[in-house]
Amino acid sequence: MQLPNRSKPRTRMSNSTLLFIIAGIIFVLMYGIALISFPVSFRQFQTFFDFFNLNAALFVVTLGICIVMIGGGIDISVGAVCGLVTMACAMLLQYGGGNIWGALLLALGIGLAFGVMHGFLIAYLDIQPFIITLGGMFLAQGLLTMLHKEPLNVTNPAFVALRRTTIEIPWLGTVNRLGVFIPSEIRPSVILVAALVILYAALMKWSRFGRNLYAVGGNRQSARMLGINVKRTIFLSYVLCGVTAGLSGFVFLLTTGAGNIGNGSLYEMKAIASNVMGGIMLSGGVGNLLGAPIGTLTLLTINELIRAAGVQSNLQAIISGLLLYIFIVLQSIVMALRGRSKMKLALPAWLKPNRQ
Amino acid sequence: MTSLKKKLDRSSHLVFPLSVLVVLLIINLIKGADYFKVTMINGVLYGNIPNILFGASELVILSVGMTLVTAAARGQDISIGESGAISSAIFVQYVLSSGNVTIWTILVGFLISCAAGLVIGAFNGTLVSFFNVQPMVATLILFLGGRSIAFIIDGKVSPILANPISNQIGTFIPGVPIQTPIILTAVFLVIVAIVLKTTNLRLYVEAVGVNPSAARLNGINPKKIIFMTFLIMGVCSAVAGFIAVNKAGRHDSVNLLKFIMMDAILAVALGGNSLAGGRFSITGSIIGAYTIEVLNRTLLRLEIDPEAIKAFKAAFIIVLMIIASPVVREYAGKLLEKAKAVISGSSAGTTGGLSQAVVSATDSSGKKEE
Amino acid sequence: MQSEIILKMEGICKSFPGVRALDNVDFVLRKGEIHALMGENGAGKSTLIKIITGVYQKDAGQIYLEGKLVNLRSPQDAQNMGIGTVFQEIALCPNLTVAENMYIGRGRNAFVNWKQMNEKAAELLDSLGIPASPTQELASCSIAVQQMIAIARAVDMDCRILILDEPTSSLDEDEVQKLFSLMRELKARGVGIIFITHFIDQVYEISDTITVLRNGRLIGEYPAAELSQIELVSKMMGKALSDVAAMKKHEPAKSDDSVPVFEAQGLSSAAGVRPFDFTIHKGEVNGFAGLLGSGRSESVRAIFAADKVTGGEVRVNGRKVKIKSPLHAMKQGIGYLPEDRKNDGIVDELSVRDNIILALQVMKGFFRPLSRKQAEEFANEFVKLLEVKTPSLDTPIKSLSGGNQQKVILARWLLTHPEYLILDEPTRGIDVGTKVEIQKLVLKLASEGMSLTFISSEIDEMLRVCSRLIVMKDREIVGELNGEDLTEQNVMHMIAQGR
Repeated sequence: MQLPNRSKPRTRMSNSTLLFIIAGIIFVLMYGIALISFPVSFRQFQTFFDFFNLNAALFVVTLGICIVMIGGGIDISVGAVCGLVTMACAMLLQYGGGNIWGALLLALGIGLAFGVMHGFLIAYLDIQPFIITLGGMFLAQGLLTMLHKEPLNVTNPAFVALRRTTIEIPWLGTVNRLGVFIPSEIRPSVILVAALVILYAALMKWSRFGRNLYAVGGNRQSARMLGINVKRTIFLSYVLCGVTAGLSGFVFLLTTGAGNIGNGSLYEMKAIASNVMGGIMLSGGVGNLLGAPIGTLTLLTINELIRAAGVQSNLQAIISGLLLYIFIVLQSIVMALRGRSKMKLALPAWLKPNRQ
Repeated sequence: MTSLKKKLDRSSHLVFPLSVLVVLLIINLIKGADYFKVTMINGVLYGNIPNILFGASELVILSVGMTLVTAAARGQDISIGESGAISSAIFVQYVLSSGNVTIWTILVGFLISCAAGLVIGAFNGTLVSFFNVQPMVATLILFLGGRSIAFIIDGKVSPILANPISNQIGTFIPGVPIQTPIILTAVFLVIVAIVLKTTNLRLYVEAVGVNPSAARLNGINPKKIIFMTFLIMGVCSAVAGFIAVNKAGRHDSVNLLKFIMMDAILAVALGGNSLAGGRFSITGSIIGAYTIEVLNRTLLRLEIDPEAIKAFKAAFIIVLMIIASPVVREYAGKLLEKAKAVISGSSAGTTGGLSQAVVSATDSSGKKEE
Repeated sequence: MQSEIILKMEGICKSFPGVRALDNVDFVLRKGEIHALMGENGAGKSTLIKIITGVYQKDAGQIYLEGKLVNLRSPQDAQNMGIGTVFQEIALCPNLTVAENMYIGRGRNAFVNWKQMNEKAAELLDSLGIPASPTQELASCSIAVQQMIAIARAVDMDCRILILDEPTSSLDEDEVQKLFSLMRELKARGVGIIFITHFIDQVYEISDTITVLRNGRLIGEYPAAELSQIELVSKMMGKALSDVAAMKKHEPAKSDDSVPVFEAQGLSSAAGVRPFDFTIHKGEVNGFAGLLGSGRSESVRAIFAADKVTGGEVRVNGRKVKIKSPLHAMKQGIGYLPEDRKNDGIVDELSVRDNIILALQVMKGFFRPLSRKQAEEFANEFVKLLEVKTPSLDTPIKSLSGGNQQKVILARWLLTHPEYLILDEPTRGIDVGTKVEIQKLVLKLASEGMSLTFISSEIDEMLRVCSRLIVMKDREIVGELNGEDLTEQNVMHMIAQGR
């Protein structure tokens, strides 16, 4: 039986894909500006790789928060957890006579603990995510300072060796002033980030959990009616975010080599901003996980641009906030123009005031 | 009902913060029986209690603003410390740029900083009421970048505020036995009380917080009311910043009022206010604020690491949130019902302090299905 | 195929505290039958459906599914037994693709096979004639198509019974036809469809059978072809056609050549109100008659600017004014008692006193609070007048019974002494004695010069107080009755047959 006028409608691009493409374009734009303004440094491949080398932990944290955001939630404790983990692992490696695997397990364990706590309180007790993770943030910060106040350098030989490892990419490099070709180097943490990106992207695209999470982020009520276990899905998203934050702490330690009170501070804000710039909407249900690293790159490029222009580091915080603001407004304009909603900002479930 | 019972009923929500406060005071008394001792040094009263009043000045003022924002906007403002840092930075710049510092300089500087507070409040308020962003997220922006802005206003240093009047504001005025910040806070609270008495602030804010659509249908503009609460919060932050910078004698954009929003949120929650908005009690928040100050000092007195205090407080918030969560409340309600059913032999008593529900047997509309 | 019974409900009873929602109701659904379930507010439709879908448990009665006695303990149970529901609010996720929406939440696989899912979806969409591509984002489909996809999902889950709850409320004419085509296709496949709607014309267009409920009781089951529209309406409203007992008509309105208190031309709002004209004179009481969902509330809300006004001109006492918000309306002397007491009326945590003085206080302005004493006086005055049962003025209004809450809201508006007061279902949930008091009060206010609009689901109430009735059907005004024409019969005829 055919309906009248049954033609296959032209498939409009999904919101996630559109925002992802915009994110990509903006990144390319930013990098382009950087290339033009500071050709000497940005033309080098090493500069690009250094983004990853020096900020691997941020990439990892961004991935973790991305998952929670797609589910319509938020976790602002990740930076503090990252910092806590750096110190804990440093202590394990220095005083506890631990090895690298032990440190890694500890990192994941701490992250897991926070993730489970947040997940349980948010998913099963229905408490507002922002306050709970705010509490988690301060809990982690408090524990961090309780552990060890001074910077703690890790001198464990195996660890230091791992830190120092570099992998050469022979075909991408630059010619230095002496005319010698220096190949680009990347650190093992970069491989980890790449692996994680692929793993998480696959998770979100092909696993039942990932698709359920999108559904929950899209319309929680509907997801429930469709037979999805909403509470469990949300719980798992926070657990995953927590574990990822723990992992990021390990990666951070690998990058800087020392536990420090300031480690990971403001990472949650940068991670959220990165996600928003990567096309992941604050309202949940929209966003391509691959956008998270792209957004991080954009953020880092902009920061680099600002730094190279001689602007001070504390302004970076202002810039991050400003960009966040602009992107939230931008996202809403894009969505409004697509005809779905009128001029109002995309609100995730955790933003909406909960009234009984 | 007798009017005494009425009064007690109206204040029943204060039981919670008061009990916490009392417990803390008792703990302190146990540690040292001379806890309540007050001494007079240089004509000024000092002692644990005066010190608490002194120390909590900023928090009390901020809690008032936070109460209103929470009630109307159904969320929290986390940029209050940063807002105070910016306003006070402007104040300091004004004072430093005027040659001779008189009481008028200070006054004008104060007013200018309040104006700055209004501007900041407007920024946050616009995001929340016009763009419908939830308060915590909207204020995240200033939380992020506010101190950097203050630092820039400071001229990238930590300017020193070393004039005699500031000193008096921050400590005491000769001849007055009570330290100045305590007086300023008291004056502020009196003004707040007057405002509540002479305007419809409470009615409008509560209506908007409880049921914005019903409020709208009664002629209230919820957006305007929410915007207004942010303006008020901005002014509160400015006043708190003013007191803090005069106390400190210098403007440290990084540490001034750092993380005070956590204490403020705690104070509001402790005061029996719902963090999801609606009816509010400023008195409750005030008691909550002093309680937190006592809590801080108690933890210090018990020789807990100052850094660990943050962890303890975080745990405290989390526990409070759990208790206040709808799931737990429902569960507790059910347990209470069971307990009542077990206990009730005679059905003479109604639960004290709660109003009696009059559900007529013939009523059908409440539960009628279509 | 038509006569095979798939669902049989016998003697279903369901009560809630204080109200008997269903009293010995029978219901039968046959294979391949489109069966409309009709009833006004409080008829029990929603309760019956919730029992079929396992949301509620019946107190008494039996349910047979294809001859077998069953116990539907939960929505999951109902779904497992082949009962699919498509709600008014589409329970799908707009950010997922069409195919995903059809298959998510089902199946145990840990991984998604996109290719397979899209293929299966394409097949199903084709066979049902749904114009959507499996890979497009659900949000890019029109509401009608989204609804059809929700139906497709139910069909794919092997539903033998499909319940459509108000599927056409947000659809335009074309979309309704698309939906009906799909329904006919399902009918041909033997699916039994329960169709709930307010739109009488649609009922007659698509249904085979009509069941009417009223006040929790089964009035009857009728083949659509054998029940005329007027008969249907009369059964739904409980009025015998021939029963036109002499009702006391109230005095006619004051002379018509005075300037109307309120006049609107081409008034429309964002709530789906099509441009309409409306006039009311001093001392006049008018009413809006029509079935639930006919647009009465939306129309009066447009007058009060409760919804965003999108067009039209408004005059108060002859002067052209702009009423853009409820406050404007209030300042022009208009008051509005909302139909949805819970969400639009009471501020549940606030006290009785605060709820009573609220509107008046807002009119006086932010800087002029009523003194405690004044507020108490006003509140007491009206608590006495309307006999509100409350322990004290401080009691939070949420503790009061529904009827008493209603009285408080009424008090609120009476306190503002409006020139024109709109009452939308003011007597809902109020005992009979007080209903009469309110009607008398309305007449008294009218005689003192107030203009009122009185909306009620009970026609005889409106006939008793209104001198003029505007009749609405399916969201538009189909006529006006006054004077001698103002009879129950005429009202029902107009509702049933339109213009």
